[in-house]
Amino acid sequence: MQYLLLIYGQESDWTSLTPAQHAAMQQEYGQFTREISEKGKNLGANRLQPVATATTVRVRDGKRVVTDGPFAETKEQLGGYYLVEAKDLDEAISIAARIPAARHGSVEVRPIFVMEQAART
Amino acid sequence: MDFEKFHREESARILSTLIGLLGDFDLAEEMLQEAYAAALRQWPATGTPANPRAWLISTARHKAIDHFRRGASFEAKREEIARNAEPSAPAVYDSEDETFPDDRLKLIFTCCHPALASEAQVALTLHTVCGLTTEEISRAFLISVATMAQRLVRAKRKIREAGIPYRVPAQEDLRDRLDAVLLVVYLIFNEGYLASSGDSLVRREICAEAIRLGRVLCELLPREAEARALLALMLLHDSRRDARASADGEIVLLDEQDRNLWHHDQIREGTALAESAMRSGANGAYALQAAIAALHANARTAAETDWPQIVALYGALLQIHPSPVIEINRAVAVAMARRPEDGLALLDQIESCGDLGDFHLLHAARADLLRRLGRATESADAYRRALSLATNDVERRFLRRRLSETSHR
Repeated sequence: MQYLLLIYGQESDWTSLTPAQHAAMQQEYGQFTREISEKGKNLGANRLQPVATATTVRVRDGKRVVTDGPFAETKEQLGGYYLVEAKDLDEAISIAARIPAARHGSVEVRPIFVMEQAART
Repeated sequence: MDFEKFHREESARILSTLIGLLGDFDLAEEMLQEAYAAALRQWPATGTPANPRAWLISTARHKAIDHFRRGASFEAKREEIARNAEPSAPAVYDSEDETFPDDRLKLIFTCCHPALASEAQVALTLHTVCGLTTEEISRAFLISVATMAQRLVRAKRKIREAGIPYRVPAQEDLRDRLDAVLLVVYLIFNEGYLASSGDSLVRREICAEAIRLGRVLCELLPREAEARALLALMLLHDSRRDARASADGEIVLLDEQDRNLWHHDQIREGTALAESAMRSGANGAYALQAAIAALHANARTAAETDWPQIVALYGALLQIHPSPVIEINRAVAVAMARRPEDGLALLDQIESCGDLGDFHLLHAARADLLRRLGRATESADAYRRALSLATNDVERRFLRRRLSETSHR
């Protein structure tokens, strides 16, 4: 059986680490990822960018509604995911809008965290 | 040369091009600041170049190349700049042949991208497209400079990190995206027009910026009739700016305004634009509101206002944009077109079928119609009700005045 393991936590848990703590954490993740990959259990993993980069897409009455921010209502629960390749946010939004669930629920579009980006900021 | 004035007028052109060349808002702004500094040093001696805009863009671009040579991320950025830049030889900056494409539309659509929060769209547009400083924007919106600065930082960060593309939307998305842009312009205009506290000079400047933005949109998207309709609406409202407040800063309602103080050149322009927009097929909310505004603006006296036509237009507006304020406005127009009793009946209907019991404008409108009917006691009660619900200082003073006038009959 396959699963999506969803990591929830406070963003400050990450951002408040010292460089040394950060490096140690990276090491641990690297180690863990290698172990499960060697056993053939890793189907894909990513760190996400912070919620400030999130955009939510809904389609209501055939009209696309795009809003800033993460999905945050409590009546809807996580039901699935896609990991897609898109050239920019507009393309990602277009793809998200075509997901049938967007018509009744919400699709949060969050960019994947990329290492070189971290070095630049 | 007045650089502040120049920046206000040219920032959209310059920054839109620089952001396109350099791929980053912050970098473009920083390099432009350095280019201004260089201009301040050199132009007094060499004279202002024939094409200051091209000079500044060239200079900023060369400074960006230098910046990247010195910085750690040179490799990452090199291809991007190299694609757009010439070799590093000391360029002849004063080149009249330098023509840069007009990227203002890209900039406007990016600043108004729906993935940005609405207030972020407004702030970013005022800052980058209109060239206002953080201080000027925070003064207009009556929030702290620190808060406004953070808002701008976060907006630019989201553009960068979420991959908001720097381009004019594809044809199939253009209508929706343009609606978002027009809404931002409308919000900016209303901030200046409706705000009743704060510096009145600042408020007028904000209205002027919105109108300027409206003109730019009409220039860059000449086939978009709703853009023309919005510009018409703003010009028509703004034409009354000198008649809307008494010398003491109190509200003067439309029917009591001195029409000699209205700016009739603006009324003529706004009316022509509204007509042109409607002939081109504009039939949205802005077009209808502009038509209503034109009817008011072109009436020589309040008594000559074409109220029946206004009633019809409000009816059409309600079809596409149901809202309590519009319902109330329509009821008031009905009162003027027919009899006060008819308007009152509508207001009573609105009150009974909705949950607008706590809406102060409803009670203020009832109070006014009751006053016209000579039903002073009921009018006073309604004014009191409105007063208990109104929060805006200037409105409250107005209601208190009406209440005391009514009570002393």
